[in-house]
Amino acid sequence: MSNSTDPIIDPYAPSLETTEGTVFSVTGGDWDSLVTEIGASKEERVVVNMGPQHPSTHGVLRLVLELEGETVQEVRCGIGYLHTGIEKNMEYRNWTQGVTFVTRMDYLAPLFNETAYCLAVEKLLGITNDVPVRASVIRVLMMEFNRISSHMVALGTGALELGALTPMIFCFREREKVLDVFEMISGLRMNMAYIRPGGVAQDLPPEALTKIRETVKELRRDFQDNDKLLIGNTIWMKRTEGIGYLDLAGCTTLGITGPVLRSTGMPWDLRKMQPYSGYENYNFDVITADTCDVYGRFLIRMGELEQSLRIIEQCVDKLEGLAGAPVMVADKKIAWPSQLALGGDGIGNSLEHIRQIMGTSMESLIHHFKLVTEGFRVPVGEVYATVESPRGELGAHVVSDGGTRPYRMHFREPSFNNLQSTSAMCEGSLIADIVAAVASIDPVMGGVDR
Amino acid sequence: MSENTTTDQGMFGTHDTGDTSGYGGLVHTPAFTGSSERPYGSYFDEVADELERAYPDFADAIERVVVDRGELTLFVKRKKLFDVALILRDKLLFEMCMGVSGVHYPDETGRELHAVYPLLSMTHNRRIRIEVCIPDSDPHVPSLVEVWAGNNWNERETFDMFGIIFDGHPGLTRILMPDDWRGHPQRKDYPLGGIPVEYKGATVPPPDERRSYR
Repeated sequence: MSNSTDPIIDPYAPSLETTEGTVFSVTGGDWDSLVTEIGASKEERVVVNMGPQHPSTHGVLRLVLELEGETVQEVRCGIGYLHTGIEKNMEYRNWTQGVTFVTRMDYLAPLFNETAYCLAVEKLLGITNDVPVRASVIRVLMMEFNRISSHMVALGTGALELGALTPMIFCFREREKVLDVFEMISGLRMNMAYIRPGGVAQDLPPEALTKIRETVKELRRDFQDNDKLLIGNTIWMKRTEGIGYLDLAGCTTLGITGPVLRSTGMPWDLRKMQPYSGYENYNFDVITADTCDVYGRFLIRMGELEQSLRIIEQCVDKLEGLAGAPVMVADKKIAWPSQLALGGDGIGNSLEHIRQIMGTSMESLIHHFKLVTEGFRVPVGEVYATVESPRGELGAHVVSDGGTRPYRMHFREPSFNNLQSTSAMCEGSLIADIVAAVASIDPVMGGVDR
Repeated sequence: MSENTTTDQGMFGTHDTGDTSGYGGLVHTPAFTGSSERPYGSYFDEVADELERAYPDFADAIERVVVDRGELTLFVKRKKLFDVALILRDKLLFEMCMGVSGVHYPDETGRELHAVYPLLSMTHNRRIRIEVCIPDSDPHVPSLVEVWAGNNWNERETFDMFGIIFDGHPGLTRILMPDDWRGHPQRKDYPLGGIPVEYKGATVPPPDERRSYR
């Protein structure tokens, strides 16, 4: 279709005159005619819309870039494309149902969302110390596995966006093993709704500990593939060293937490500083770097993988000593009454339990019915509970008016806050470095937009 | 935190027919959460003392101090919010503000909207919370972006969801909802929406029209 006398008529790159200047829409196809046209323009500054469908923007993040040549003068983020109104929806469901909503926020770290929410509800109920030890150990175990699977996506997609395909294959191979563990324990690979107010949904299956030990061994062996491939790799260093610089002062004022904060040399990890779920009983190190750049954040994530494995091994040892202990609070007014079992069509209510409450105990049936349809009441008040998610401080601000449903639920999402640093990290850099910087922030749009 | 002293009646939230259980006559009053008395316990006394020392207008600026479930909340008058925030950052070393969350209490006349700021001091490893209550008819709060730059997006979100206007914010526009959206979705007077769903002959009403338990 290209016509040499009238280059404007291009089905793939039409242009439009507006009051702000010429707007080009590129939908693929012939870039040559676009480049010729832009080259002919007298404007030095070009505004480029990157995303929300761009493959290297981690989901539906939209970046509005002002470029002079290849240098980025200004970056603005457009978010909200994945807003699902989870916080509002939760005001219309009972406290236990809330878990199924929060697990879908930051979809790469569902167990952290669940834990933060459950810790908040437990704090409101005043049962923080009544949660059984076995339940807390299982929570820690699941969270640390989740940290590995989340970091695997962060590293894999980060490398992929910089043009390195092999690390992504390795990372997703490892992540698959972690998801298998999740599937074995909770029945689901993502969005498990496994951690519930008062404990966890069900105990580990009998073969779990053996399988976890095997998985840990395999993961430790396979992590070396990426270590060997990337650490010290000249090409990788050139793309990451000194890129996306953000120092401690920048992090504090912007409220940045997680690996980005730790890459400034600040050993701030809530697992150590404000322990929850018994993290004070585990031996592990807080990994830091002092380079404030993308490479530092990459090294931190790689280091945290090994620390997570260490914690998981300690969890397995603890769980061996806690065999048969309860995984839900003893208070039957709070504990979810269903007894799950593996049936012909997957995990569901245990037929034996249903037979018992339906056939022999009217009181149990009433109790079950009341708790499932109505839910439990939570005393008036507001709390803020935090966990160290793979991306930083994940906080749940939960307000109760004394009813069976949250009055207000707000998540302080680390992705949301951390993404604000894009401008500080990228302005003045080259356009290709934006991709590296955004990948090192590791934003998950499900968490940013909620 | 709500200063709610109204009473709830019944169990099912129905006020006409439908409740045949006899529970309709039950009246329960939610616990009243007023101001806490000294000593507050933990590091809270120290924080309050330091703030009093560093900020002479303390008595005038702080409406209430609430210690509940191991957390300290300072209720700050809105005209003093900026000063208090600055003192908290510079003198008490609360370097980080973990955002702002809105809460809408339509029954609290004259203080319907609350803005809640969780603060973190990495130096002292402490957390506190400041809260501002404002009337719905005049929903203005001074912006804290100059104190903690990271509050920029959080204030935009709270404006988007609750209609709280943060005076002095560098660009207070909607952030999650589309720019031309009407209303502020997380206010209590904003309906959840939804449509009835038919499944195998039965109709399930949308969540906000289902029978509710209170």
